[in-house]
Parts: sequence; structure tokens; C-alpha cells
Amino acid sequence: MLAPTKEARMRHRQSVSVAIVGSGGAGALTAGNFLLEAASAAGWQGLISRTVGPQIRGGEAAALVRLSTRAVECMPERFDILIGLDWANAHRFGAEIEIGPESLVISDPRGGEPPPVVATAGARVVEIPMKDMAKAIPEGRPNMIALGIAGHLVGLGADTWLALLEKRLADKGADAVEASWAAIEAGYHAAMSCDAGGESRTGLGRNLATPKRSAARRWLISGNEAAALGAIRGGVRFAAAYPITPATELLEWLAPNLAKVGGALLQAEDELAAINMTIGASFGGAPALTATSGPGLSLMIEALGLATAAEIPVVVIDVMRGGPSTGIPTKSEQADLNIAIYGCHGDAPHLVVAPQSIGDCLFTTQWATYLAETLQSPAIVLSDQFMGQARASIERPADVTFIGQRLQATDTGEAYMRYAIAAGGVSPMALPGMPGRQYTADGLTHTVHGTPTSNERDHNMQLDKRRDKLTQFNYGDHWATHQGDGDIAVVTWGSLTGTAREAIGRAANDGVEATLLALRLLYPAQPERLVAALDGKKRILVVEQSHGAQFYRYLRAYYDLPGEVRVLNRAGPLPIRAAEIHRAIMEWR
Amino acid sequence: MSVVDMRLARKPADYKSDIKPVWCPGCGDYHVLLSFTRAFAELGVPPENIVVVSGIGCSSRIPAYTNCYGFHGVHGRSLALAAGLKVMRPELKVVVASGDGDGYSIGGNHFLHACRRNIDMTYVVMDNHIYGMTKGQPSPTTEPEFDTALSPGGTGLRPFHPLVIALASGANFVARCFSGEPNETASILVEAINHPGFSFIEILSPCVTFRPDEREWKNLVHPASVATTNDPAKAARRLMTDDGFNTGILYRGERKPYQPPVGRPQVDVSELERDFEL
Ligand SMILES: Cc1ncc(C[n+]2csc(CCOP(=O)(O)OP(=O)(O)O)c2C)c(N)n1
Ligand code: SF4
Ligand SMILES: [Mg+2]
Repeated sequence: MLAPTKEARMRHRQSVSVAIVGSGGAGALTAGNFLLEAASAAGWQGLISRTVGPQIRGGEAAALVRLSTRAVECMPERFDILIGLDWANAHRFGAEIEIGPESLVISDPRGGEPPPVVATAGARVVEIPMKDMAKAIPEGRPNMIALGIAGHLVGLGADTWLALLEKRLADKGADAVEASWAAIEAGYHAAMSCDAGGESRTGLGRNLATPKRSAARRWLISGNEAAALGAIRGGVRFAAAYPITPATELLEWLAPNLAKVGGALLQAEDELAAINMTIGASFGGAPALTATSGPGLSLMIEALGLATAAEIPVVVIDVMRGGPSTGIPTKSEQADLNIAIYGCHGDAPHLVVAPQSIGDCLFTTQWATYLAETLQSPAIVLSDQFMGQARASIERPADVTFIGQRLQATDTGEAYMRYAIAAGGVSPMALPGMPGRQYTADGLTHTVHGTPTSNERDHNMQLDKRRDKLTQFNYGDHWATHQGDGDIAVVTWGSLTGTAREAIGRAANDGVEATLLALRLLYPAQPERLVAALDGKKRILVVEQSHGAQFYRYLRAYYDLPGEVRVLNRAGPLPIRAAEIHRAIMEWR
Repeated sequence: MSVVDMRLARKPADYKSDIKPVWCPGCGDYHVLLSFTRAFAELGVPPENIVVVSGIGCSSRIPAYTNCYGFHGVHGRSLALAAGLKVMRPELKVVVASGDGDGYSIGGNHFLHACRRNIDMTYVVMDNHIYGMTKGQPSPTTEPEFDTALSPGGTGLRPFHPLVIALASGANFVARCFSGEPNETASILVEAINHPGFSFIEILSPCVTFRPDEREWKNLVHPASVATTNDPAKAARRLMTDDGFNTGILYRGERKPYQPPVGRPQVDVSELERDFEL
């Protein structure tokens, strides 16, 4: 492998990263959120992901923040700055927060011993008594001291804070704003002590280009919120909800917002009810959604087969977490691909799509709603914990025009056949209330009228119809993201898209061009398009976060991959890093 | 100018489809279908404004035999499906049909929560104390000593009491009928459908094939000797102590139905993104 030169490293410093850790309740997450928001207001883009233990309260919490002058889609493999409000359970984060010899660690002498990795990494440790400093300020809190330290170290002007505090602490009153402001200022002063010895270890942010104030409007949004917004934009007006980590926030955002736009959310008694409520609402004509995670999707599968057979559009968002069973509820994985595509009994083809970034959760969910309505099919949206719960400051995504438009029956003309074999496979759907068009939606094999039958001809006709309407539809360029033209191609999906993009960028800096192909449409497969996209490639690197290499096996089932194929796969919870993909590209020559 | 009441023009036959039922000759469910069509005709609601939702079982075949909109879903989940439908289309009349296996066993949890949710719909369970469709296994209402292939010598388990459970869970209208009395059943159905909130009707409907003994039911049923009450405690005590063949409206509550205000947007969709703007 090429050893990067100092210049190369400087060129790579397009981002600065900060991890703030502490016991639950110490305020690490608040500090992280404020840091991202202030940096975003100053023109940076950034990403925050929180990592917490399985405990509901207490335990440990870490805010992982990465800032850049460009879009940030994944966490770095090493953090530039690690601030420990205390180190009580910091060892539990293990490999999730990696540091190196160039990292700077801020430790409170009263916060316990830093975990052994700090010494092993050879990182520079500076002690700052955050707890004592906070005590000296009426109502002062150590996490705000930490925030001031971080603000100074990343090179944020001290003037950024007051407006933010006034906005965020409005309900806590002027005293709280005052106290936080004083603590942040104290943090700035204390952080100057880190500057001793000069070097670019501090003021890391100053190594970044000054952010340009762009004319584009900026958003601070999580993937779960973006998916929910995309669903409403696509036409969804009904949701059924049964809480499950990491999908709950999506449903919690929908509850008040669906009501605002004239829709409704029902809390279901379980996921069996949630999916059936969704089907019922959609049968009545309301584009409908439910969101869940793996265990809930498992419970919904039977009814998804019903929606497929009865041709009822529904959107199901699965925010994937570690499985099987209860697995690792708070961590990300991409291992629900198999159940999403193949879970139903019988031959039950339905749409499966996957967003590729926090911002893309909006587009993909809106697109999924549109596809479900247009094709009268269930659509499963495979998001994941990383995208769903991380929050990013991004440029406002461009408006898209996908709005669900169901082919509806008219009340004129001849006798109505709900499941008539029509060109393209989609037949007009009558809605209750429409006179003369009454039919019974049925999960039993049915004739064109919807009447139950066990005749082989009817069975095959309807199976063909439901297959053809999906396979004959033109999904356009949205089926995948295709970038670059190297003869090595990284083929991936979901939230690893951004990680792969970053790795390919690094390879380009090292003089190696690679192609990125990230699939957004997982089912139905698009063999011709994939053949065209990978035409002439000599090496295919499949990258995915699943222990069983589910995506690789899926690719093998539906596509003829050219050249030599390798797989970089791993189960959660440790995300595949850009450095690993970069290394795999560079070493495969 | 004289006002013609169009409702008078509706006949039970207008609510019947031309699909021939798969039921065994003599099955109690034929009479339930008859009471459905009579009740709908008496209500005068156009068939396109009624939706009959069901699960799986002989009894759950009923939607397609009516000329209304229907949904024959999966086993046990009809109440949930109907809840989503009714909430988004409150102007429709929603009638849910089920069997004792579908409604009390696999769908038991949804039964509790539908009562509690009190959405304006009518839930009809055709109780034959057996799983008819799967050929004679015991259901939650089968007598403990009833012998089946799956429970040789009987289950030994106490049957549960759907009406008391409905009451305890918050149903707003509780009645018991006998399928062999389609006129009485039809008029109770009319009252149930007109009553706001969640109405529950248990219809004793014999399975002549797997429970030939149930042909006797016609001699056992009798109208309740007491007037309908709006006091749930009184209704529960009566139900716990009656012989299980008391028919009539046994409880009529006054709880307000649950219905979120749908279809009246307060903001334009384009305004929702404000939450995220920096
Ligand atoms: C998930 C599932 N499990 C089992 C069955 C098989 N099954 C079909 S109907 C039925 C019982 C129906 O009993 P009941 O609801 O009392 O209806 P009846 O036939 O007696 O009217 C069962 C177990 C099924 N269709 N789906
Ligand atoms: S098996 Fe019993 S319940 Fe089913 S149709 Fe025959 S008589 Fe009716
Ligand atoms: Mg039964």
C-alpha cells in the first residue's frame, strides 16, 4: 500500500471529527447536537450520530460529530478529538470510537481514568477540570464547558453560540442561557491551553477551507424524519404505529404532522394490527404507511402477502437493526434484505427499495409511495439505524414530483373487473363508495372479478399479472446511483453508499479510478441496466453490512457479474469504514 | 311536492351477490347472510357505502356473498383492517364478520383493542363453538368435554365468555342473537349499525357438519327477560350468570366513538419542512 505523504494527508483533511462521551445524563448528546447546529449555522455541513448502550436511562452515551465543508455521509475511522466528560463506561464503546496518535483527548481529572485505548493509541491527553469549572458558574454544566472546548478546537468563532442558545434554551429562561454561555466561554479559554506546542492538533477546523455561505437553504434532519416527510410528500395520509427502536422517531414525527395535513395515525396493538390497519386505510383510498424494524417486519409478512395478492398499495419502512431476534436493537445492520425480498410465502413479488443517505431517505420514501400507488403493490423501504437516527446538516434536497396516483375505476362503462388483465398489469381500482363497482378484495386466488377460485388458469393469470406489472415498469435512472468509470467497481447499497463514495474519492486522490454502483431498487431486479452499468469492469467489489453476505447472494441470483468478484462484508455493529473499502480497492491490483 | 323516500325502494335482494356460498347445506351462516341483507335493506344505505370485512373461516366467507364492498383478509386481523378503513373513510358503514376461531383465538388481542378503541363499526361473530373450515378442532368457546381428533376426550379447558370480555374491554353495544331467527337478528343488526361506537354481536350459528348437536340450539335460545341496560356492571353480572342462550341487546353504552378529524388539512404539505430549516 502507498504511504500517504504529509501533503496528501492535508488534502484529505476535508473534515474534522469530535466524539464527546459521558455517562448517561451527563449531556454528551446535547453538546454534540449543539456543536453540529452551530457549525451548520456557520456554513459547515456535518453529521451527528449518537451511540448509546442498551440501557434506557443511565449507562453510557456518546455523540459522534463530523464536520466538513462538503456533504458528510459517514463517520471517520479515527476521531480527531475525544472529550470525556467522564470515563465511567467509555470502554464499552470499544472499536466504535477509534483514536490514533494524532488525536487529542480531553480528560477531566475528576472523571476517572481514560480507557486503555487512549494510551495504546499514543494520543495526546490534555487535562481540563470541566466539572470544577462548571461548579464555579451558577447553574453551569460540564457538557457546556466541553462544548466550548470543542468549539475552540474546531475553530468555530465564539460569536456563533448566543443565538443558538437563545433558540434552544428559550423554554428554560434567560438564566439558563446565561449559564450555558458562561460555561462555553470558559471552555474556549481552557482550550487555549491545548494550543501550547503549536502544531495543527488544535484549531483543526482552521485547516478546513472556510465554508462558503451557499445560497441553498440548509436543513438539519435525521433519516427517520426525512423518510416521514418524503412519505407525506408522496401522498401518505395514514400511518399505523407500533413502537420499535430504531423506527419510533419516524412514527413520532408523523403523529402530529399527519394530523396537520388532514391525515391520521393510529397506534396499533401490535405489528399484525399495524400492517392490517395500513391495508384497510389504503383499500379505502388513503395512501398508507407503517414503519418498523426487523422483528416487526417479521410479524407483518403474512399481511404483506395479502396486500400483494389483493393488490393493495402500502409502504412499509424497515429501519434495520442488528438481528436475528432482538439482536442489537440500537445498532445498524443490512441483514433484512432476505426477509424483505423473499419473506412472503407463495410467489409474492413486491417492491423493495433502499435509501442511500439521510437526505435520500426523503427521495426514496417519496418514490416508494409513488411506486406503490402506481403499481398497486406493497413497497418495503429498507432504511437502517445509522441513517435513521443520525442527523445531518444538508443542502435542502431538490423537490421531486413523485406523487402517488392510483389508477382508479370510473363509474361508467361495462361490468367491472377489479383484476382484469390490462396492458402493463395494473387494473383500475374501485374505492368503496363508488356505485356499481363493488368487489371483494381477497387473499384467496381469484378470477378477474375477484371471485375465489382454485383453477390453475386463473391462478397463473393473476401470478403473471402481478409479476408483469412490476417487471415491465420503467423505473428510469433512479434504480441505482452510478458514478465514475474505473475498471474496478464497488457495488453496494443503503447507507454504505456514502462510505463507498468517500473511499472512491480517496482512491482517486491516490490515482486509482473506481466506479460506484449503489442499488436503490432492490426488487424487481434490473438485469439489463446492471449489465450496461458494469460493462467491461474487471473487478467487482461487493460491500455490505451483513454476516451472511445477503446482498452478494442476491446479486448472484439476479445478475451476471463480469470479471472477478470479491466481497467485503461484516455483520454490525461495527460499521464498514471508508478506509477498509479504500484499502480493498488499492490492494486489489 | 311530495318527497319520495328512496330507502323504501331497497330490497334485501339488492344486497346479495350472485356468488353461490360454499357453506354446507343447513349451515347457520346462510341465515346470517339473510339477516345481513335484510338489515342493510332496512337501513337503506346504498350497497356501495357498506364494507363487509372478514378474516378466514367458513363464516368469514360472507363478504363476497353480499353486494357490498368487501375485504376477505388474513386469519384473525379483520378488526385491525377495518379500523384503518373506517378512520380514513368515516362516512362508510363498516361491518366486520368473524368466527369464534378467527375472532377469539388468533384475533383475540385485536378484539380487546377494538372494543377499547371504540371506533364506530359493527362486529359480528358467528360462533359455532368449533373451527368449521379446518374440519372440527376446538375453539375458545368449545365445551371442555367436546371430543375432537385434536383434543381426544375434550380440551378440559373452560370456554371463555366473549360478551363479558367485550364489556370489560369497552365495547359500546353488546348483543346475542341466534342465526335461526333472522328477523330478530336483522333488527338487532340495524340497531347495532346505527349505534355510535363499537357494537359487538355474538350470533350463535350452528355448524351442522362438525357440531350436529347444535341443531338443538333452536330449542334452547330464548329472548332475555330483562330490558337492555346502560350499566356495564349490571350487564356483566347478568351475562356471567345467564345460561348462554339469552338473546337480545344486553348492553347499550354511551361512550363517544373514536374518530380523528381526517380530511381537514390545517397546513400545506410544503410547510412541514420548516421543522428542519436552519
Ligand atoms: C395464519 C393461519 N393459520 C391457520 C389457518 C387455518 N384456518 C383457516 S380457518 C381456521 C379456523 C376458523 O374457525 P372459525 O373462525 O371459528 O370459523 P368457522 O369456519 O368455524 O366459521 C383456521 C385455523 C389460516 N388460514 N391462517
Ligand atoms: S363446516 Fe360447519 S361452519 Fe363450515 S359451512 Fe359447514 S356447517 Fe357451516
Ligand atoms: Mg367457528
